[in-house]
Amino acid sequence: MSPDSLRRLDRRWIFLAVALLVILPLLFNFHIAPVQPSNRARGFYDAIEKIPEGSVVLLAGDYDPGTAAENYPMHLAAARQLMRRNMKIIAMALYPAGPPLTDQVLRIAAREYHKRESVDYVNLGYKVGNELVMSQMGQSIPKTFPVDNRGVPVGQIPIMKGIQNFQQIRLLVNISAGYPGTKEWVQQVVSRFHLPMVAGVTAVSAPEYYPYLQAGQLHGLLGGMAGAAEYEVLVGAPALATRGMDAQSLAHAFIAFMIVLGNLAFLPKGKGKGKGTS
Amino acid sequence: MKREIPIVITLVAGLFMLIAFFVPHPQVRNLYEDMQNWAIVVVGCTYVLGVANLLRINLRQVSRRERDWPFKLVLIAGLLVTMAVGFSEWTHYTDVDSRFQWIYGTFYSPMTATMFSLLAFFIASAAFRAFRIRSVEAMLLAIAAFILMLGRVPLGAAIHPAIPAAADWLMEIPQNAAKRGILIGAALGVMATGIRVILGLEKTYGGGDGA
Repeated sequence: MSPDSLRRLDRRWIFLAVALLVILPLLFNFHIAPVQPSNRARGFYDAIEKIPEGSVVLLAGDYDPGTAAENYPMHLAAARQLMRRNMKIIAMALYPAGPPLTDQVLRIAAREYHKRESVDYVNLGYKVGNELVMSQMGQSIPKTFPVDNRGVPVGQIPIMKGIQNFQQIRLLVNISAGYPGTKEWVQQVVSRFHLPMVAGVTAVSAPEYYPYLQAGQLHGLLGGMAGAAEYEVLVGAPALATRGMDAQSLAHAFIAFMIVLGNLAFLPKGKGKGKGTS
Repeated sequence: MKREIPIVITLVAGLFMLIAFFVPHPQVRNLYEDMQNWAIVVVGCTYVLGVANLLRINLRQVSRRERDWPFKLVLIAGLLVTMAVGFSEWTHYTDVDSRFQWIYGTFYSPMTATMFSLLAFFIASAAFRAFRIRSVEAMLLAIAAFILMLGRVPLGAAIHPAIPAAADWLMEIPQNAAKRGILIGAALGVMATGIRVILGLEKTYGGGDGA
């Protein structure tokens, strides 16, 4: 194929190639390579393993279906690990479309580990206010969330008995798609109330949280579907993210190939064509 | 007075919130909590305002048969139907078998996920058409991109174990240093803007031209 014909390449061929590279591995598991957990994922896993069984954990699912491909698998794996260790889960969301996803992961994990709603876990639902909600929870969780996602007053929910603020919570597990999310939890809660925290975030936003991880403000970090797959391996429940790793491997390799091909196709024909960057 | 009163309210409220952060006295804490509650109520009201504004703009465009008006009609219908169904089910809208959840699972969830998924196609196309390596800086960026794209997936480790290690080094050392610098710079900027707002020097929030 000559550079001229490459330049005229219809981008729909590129779209078709991406679609095939994503769909085929999901249909037929290739197992290109085993998933190797990173230190960041191990930190996430260990933070939950280290706290005593039966502790109260805040599970903040701050995302919506837009990023569910990345966030949902890590959310589900976290719910599984927490329930396997008999933790009391107080779940909530700062995204309006987040609570149904939280409900879903809690229901699936609860079925597997025979946990009961309101006794072993509760979904407090969505609350408007972003950072203000986090700050208010530091004063009083029952005042910030007077009822749960189903409209049941928190005073009637057994798991909420004795829960006043962050002092009764051992760990914050945040699954975040952006704002409001991990950064705001670190700034508003970890810094002020010294609550240990781990986070699972989208791949595109993960670099933003490395300084917090290095500073010890985050004990673990899952970045994107790859991070979720690493965590699934650690939890011992390979699921959606692990299955998606072949598709993501091929898609990444294809994008790298496209960069090379694009530069070959659009090679300058002579010197002095001007300086370009990416 | 139209300008001065908001500035005075901002000054008093801003200074109080700043001081109250460090004062554990019960009366100060109570007022601090109350003011945070007011702020949450105000933020909640902005959602109502947003819906009203969205309806106003789109209804006008539909009535004038402006460009893409059928899509706007679908938007309005979707908004009103979802709201009507949600309100009709009252507190049961969160039930698994509710009609509201059916709308969420059947329409909202797949559509928003589709929008995000389109990124993969556009990134691949942009990689072919826009990523030109014509300078040393662009070459360094391309090398870093290759290492990260391969190092972040199992394929990288399968090619060579050094690739994930190199990706980790890139993320933890050069990327982290740059990101930390940006974060510190942004935090200083936020603090400076906050002080300007409290002192009434930042006028854009009040509808002025800014200082």
